[in-house]
Amino acid sequence: MSSENQPLDSLRDVRDIRKMMERSSRFTSLSGLSCVAAGVCALAGAWAARRMIVNYYGDSKEWTYSGHSFAALKENLLLLAGAVLAAALISAFYFTWRKAKQQGEALGNHISRRVFWSMAVPLVAGGLFVFGMLQHDEWRFVGPGCLVFYGLALVNTGKYTVADIRYLGYCEIILGLLNILFGSYSLYYWALGFGVLHIVYGVIMWWKYERVKVN
Amino acid sequence: MKNPITGLSKIFDNRIRLGVMSVLMVNEEISFNDLKQMLEVTDGNLATHLVSLEENGYVKVHKGFIGRKTNTTYSVTRTGEKAFSDHISALENMIKGIK
Repeated sequence: MSSENQPLDSLRDVRDIRKMMERSSRFTSLSGLSCVAAGVCALAGAWAARRMIVNYYGDSKEWTYSGHSFAALKENLLLLAGAVLAAALISAFYFTWRKAKQQGEALGNHISRRVFWSMAVPLVAGGLFVFGMLQHDEWRFVGPGCLVFYGLALVNTGKYTVADIRYLGYCEIILGLLNILFGSYSLYYWALGFGVLHIVYGVIMWWKYERVKVN
Repeated sequence: MKNPITGLSKIFDNRIRLGVMSVLMVNEEISFNDLKQMLEVTDGNLATHLVSLEENGYVKVHKGFIGRKTNTTYSVTRTGEKAFSDHISALENMIKGIK
């Protein structure tokens, strides 16, 4: 190594160090398109749910919260929620898997495991909590509950992946809290939080980090 | 004038050793396999460099098991941390030299 090349070698070394530190501590393959896909699923789901509810209340003259048809509505809504969750997860996973493959980042390494757990703990706790509320026929706080727990999961995950995801988390939490303060229209808050915010965030992320590589 | 190369450690001349230290600085503990995957090197190559880092007292080795499979993890020592940050300062000085 000649001494004239030293400064250039140093620059290259510093760049390498930076890259290794980034790559080994953060999961960078989270795709903006994943968020957009999840948002689209959520909006479609919210639209279908609204139709189910409108149909139910439109048809029956007496508005009952119990009885056979109400139980059927509840069951249908739960099935729909499960389908939306599955569709969102699968499509989100697909785009992230695709980006990981492009970047040569492994999905099974220590860092993606950390992302998974930091996301899974608040989400599973929140999911069970919401289920518990439904068990007690307490449906009013389901929407806000979903938003707040999901927001907390995102803020937590921000430590190990693209840090911007924390802002999405804060927005979801604020939305959930507003929903609890200003009561009704839960479905609209839900659609705003899981649909619109995801799409907006996904587009911003795609614009900020992925667009350059397309050109 | 102070020689800008003072502080540059010979041990970090090697790209793999430099990479191992970079990864260890930001991760409390990391397994051999994760290191291998991240640095894209072969088993033997990585093992040799880890041994030399260990001999210099820069990394600590923890041998454990997951079920019946061995799980060796590495973490950085105080000495290693100090040597690495001195090395980075030296690199910085060198880069300032070009401007």
